[in-house]
Amino acid sequence: MSISLRRLAALCRKESYQIVRDPSSILIAFVLPVLLLFIYGYGINLDANRVRLGIVQQDGGAEASRLVQTLQASPYIAASLSTSESAMRQQLQLGEVRGVVIVRSDFSARVRQGQGAATIQLLTDGAEPNTANFVASYMQGVFQLWLNQRQSGQPPAATLSVQPRYWFNPTTVSRNYLVPGSISVIMTIIGALLTSLVVAREWERGTMEALLSTPVTRAELLLSKIIPYYLLGMAAMSMCVLVATLVMGVPLRGSLWVLFVVTSLFLGSALGLGLLLSTTTRNQFIAAQFALTAAFLPAIMLSGFVFEIRSMPLAVQAVTYLIPARYFVSALQTLFQAGEIWPVLLINLLFLLLSAAFWLGLTAWRTPRRLDGN
Amino acid sequence: MSTADSDIAIRLRALGHAFAGRPALHALDADIRRGIITGLVGPDGAGKTTLLRLMAGLLKPDSGSLQVEGLDPVTAGDALRTQLGYMPQKFGLYEDLTVLENLTLYADLRGVTGAVREESFQRLLAFTDLARFTERLAGKLSGGMKQKLGLACTLLGSPRILLLDEPCVGVDPISRRELWRMVSSLADGGMAVLWSTSYLDEAELCGEVLLMHEGRLQYSGSPQALMDSMQGRSLLLQGIAGNRRQVLRRALRCPQVIDGALQGHAVRLVLRTAGELPDLASLDAGPDASLQAVKPRLEDAFIDLLGGGPGGDSPLAEHMPPARLPGGVDADAVIVAEQLTRRFGDFVATDHVNFRIRRGEIFGLLGPNGAGKSTTFKMMCGLLPVSSGAARVMGLDLKKSASQARQQIGYMAQKFALYSNLSVAQNLEFFSGIYGLSGVRQREAVADMVRVFALQPFLAMNAGELPLGFKQRLALACALMHQHRCCFWTNRRRGWTRSAAANSGAISTAWWTRASR
Repeated sequence: MSISLRRLAALCRKESYQIVRDPSSILIAFVLPVLLLFIYGYGINLDANRVRLGIVQQDGGAEASRLVQTLQASPYIAASLSTSESAMRQQLQLGEVRGVVIVRSDFSARVRQGQGAATIQLLTDGAEPNTANFVASYMQGVFQLWLNQRQSGQPPAATLSVQPRYWFNPTTVSRNYLVPGSISVIMTIIGALLTSLVVAREWERGTMEALLSTPVTRAELLLSKIIPYYLLGMAAMSMCVLVATLVMGVPLRGSLWVLFVVTSLFLGSALGLGLLLSTTTRNQFIAAQFALTAAFLPAIMLSGFVFEIRSMPLAVQAVTYLIPARYFVSALQTLFQAGEIWPVLLINLLFLLLSAAFWLGLTAWRTPRRLDGN
Repeated sequence: MSTADSDIAIRLRALGHAFAGRPALHALDADIRRGIITGLVGPDGAGKTTLLRLMAGLLKPDSGSLQVEGLDPVTAGDALRTQLGYMPQKFGLYEDLTVLENLTLYADLRGVTGAVREESFQRLLAFTDLARFTERLAGKLSGGMKQKLGLACTLLGSPRILLLDEPCVGVDPISRRELWRMVSSLADGGMAVLWSTSYLDEAELCGEVLLMHEGRLQYSGSPQALMDSMQGRSLLLQGIAGNRRQVLRRALRCPQVIDGALQGHAVRLVLRTAGELPDLASLDAGPDASLQAVKPRLEDAFIDLLGGGPGGDSPLAEHMPPARLPGGVDADAVIVAEQLTRRFGDFVATDHVNFRIRRGEIFGLLGPNGAGKSTTFKMMCGLLPVSSGAARVMGLDLKKSASQARQQIGYMAQKFALYSNLSVAQNLEFFSGIYGLSGVRQREAVADMVRVFALQPFLAMNAGELPLGFKQRLALACALMHQHRCCFWTNRRRGWTRSAAANSGAISTAWWTRASR
């Protein structure tokens, strides 16, 4: 497989003209990333908020009052108090509170009676299971606290104080880890979606036939698609990093050259996948559909960028090992938030390298020199 | 064989090719010589493009041998590509690159650099008269200019062999003539040129022709020799009184006649054997009718090689009931345009156009691009409001009762309006469905159209993959599903297969517009 620099340069120049003159490629490479960064950076917020909880207090006794006070004192709960059960149930239906605690009129009496005869009722909104779980566990915590206080007969002594320190992201701003993750989605779009169109376009417009009748080689054809889109991807990456660090204030603790290597390897996979789809389908529409399904959706759902991989079913966890975005997300989050943690980075770099070799190799193998296959 | 071996640029021996088991070429034997234009002639689907792609090394033959400049296009592709220029049907131009950028790209790819490049660009730009347009995007060029640019890109690097795949499709007659002159001069310089076409008049000009039909070579040799063999068998029936189409139909039923066509006010006939004339009385062409021998055409010979043209009774005509006009409609003015005018702002697209079309008439609307053909068409079909004047179809004014008039019209658009990713069967089903056919009637209508237009072998194929001629047939079949009284065709492209043209006689009124011929 020989390469003539003159032919390769000519093809790359042609590809660049086409990129620059096609408004949609500029839109995808430079406008869409900024849009996505701001959506993920400011639109999505995974920070834990105070849960709105309704309390129906039907018992005026001392025990009941102390429980309600404990609830109201919790930093995780925004409590609203009422004596009417039906009014609170309605608020739950309307979604204005996420749970309702009902303290019946005989609560204090039953507590005094002992032997676990006392009950409180907790209603949660099961339509949002995650929030319902939060409410239940917060309630559990408060209940435990109340029990402890009751047994010791006094507010808990300061025998033990917890001073939490969140490493890597001290203020637990979710933006700091969502933005690096979203960069991986953006690079997937640029790498796979844009390139899924380029070979198919040559087939559809009949230019591939003319190209193949010239002395151009397979390696030149492939490289002329990879190089311009690699540069475009790197330009978009630089822009994303600048916007993330300078505009959005996301810290970047790792070094730029490691970021460069990680991104290059990831682009290898994304470009390879896009070109493979384009080469095999020879149809822009189908290739773009495939690229969305095979690259973009996994990058969002299976990369661990939003959804924690360890909480997925085992079978799905196994699938995530095949998604290059998984390694890219992990490497990016490490580089941005923690810096150069080599054991993490090396394993990710290794898998990114394997994945890039796999997809580019497959594409090279499928790149035709004739109309009827290889 | 009289020609010296060194004269032969391309040699085919028992060359065969199949796509997924469907044979496309059957054991072809031919030699293509240098210094002349060899016409690769045949209707759509004959296998012309496949053969050219085999020669360019873009496909691998399944059987037989092929040598281009003494080289095997598959195994010696790299060596061959420097000596071969191939222009595919769509010219292979990048529409978002300028003329000069396209030329520069192909010059780099073909290794034309330095002083040679400067010289080549100057020569080719002068040759193709594109020097004034070097900064224009290729997509903004007219069809004729695109074709010339495509040729210029193909000629970079001075190939010894030139393969042109239907270079004249969608190109106006003047550009066609120019291209012919250019390519002739190249052939005179010793280049071997293979020019594929489905125009038989173009083929007559070639030094030699390869006539192909359904993947088989029907004839190879000089077109003149083939036409000479038809001497005395081509006749013109003149002085006809009455309906010419009826006369033609009667003539085609005569055993002595193998083909015929309307030609102006006369009927042109081809005889099975020279000297054996049909009985003039049985043609019932009137007292002044007379038969005269005329110069044979390549078309006559081609039809003869294929064993005769379509019979006089078109399967479509048998299938379509005769269109009956409702009472009160003037049979001499089924379609009428009166002072028909359409303005787009200050621009007058059609300016006081007048015509009337009789029942049973095929009315052609001719003119170059921008002449106002499509605008007239759209107004006649009620797709575009009339600025002033009147358009009437069967007495219905398109201004007032457009939807009623539209029900009487079958319309086949320029781009065929087929669903290219549905199969032929699915297209037929869909169009019969939207015309309100269902159940047994739908199945019968579809089956009839499949039979009439010979679409059976293509039913499972996607419409987008059909050869052009069959796309046309399918589009016509879809347009006729409803048995309209009027039929409008707008079709700027050529590629009229003869059987489709013959079938058109059945429709009460058909129209089409063509830029050329």
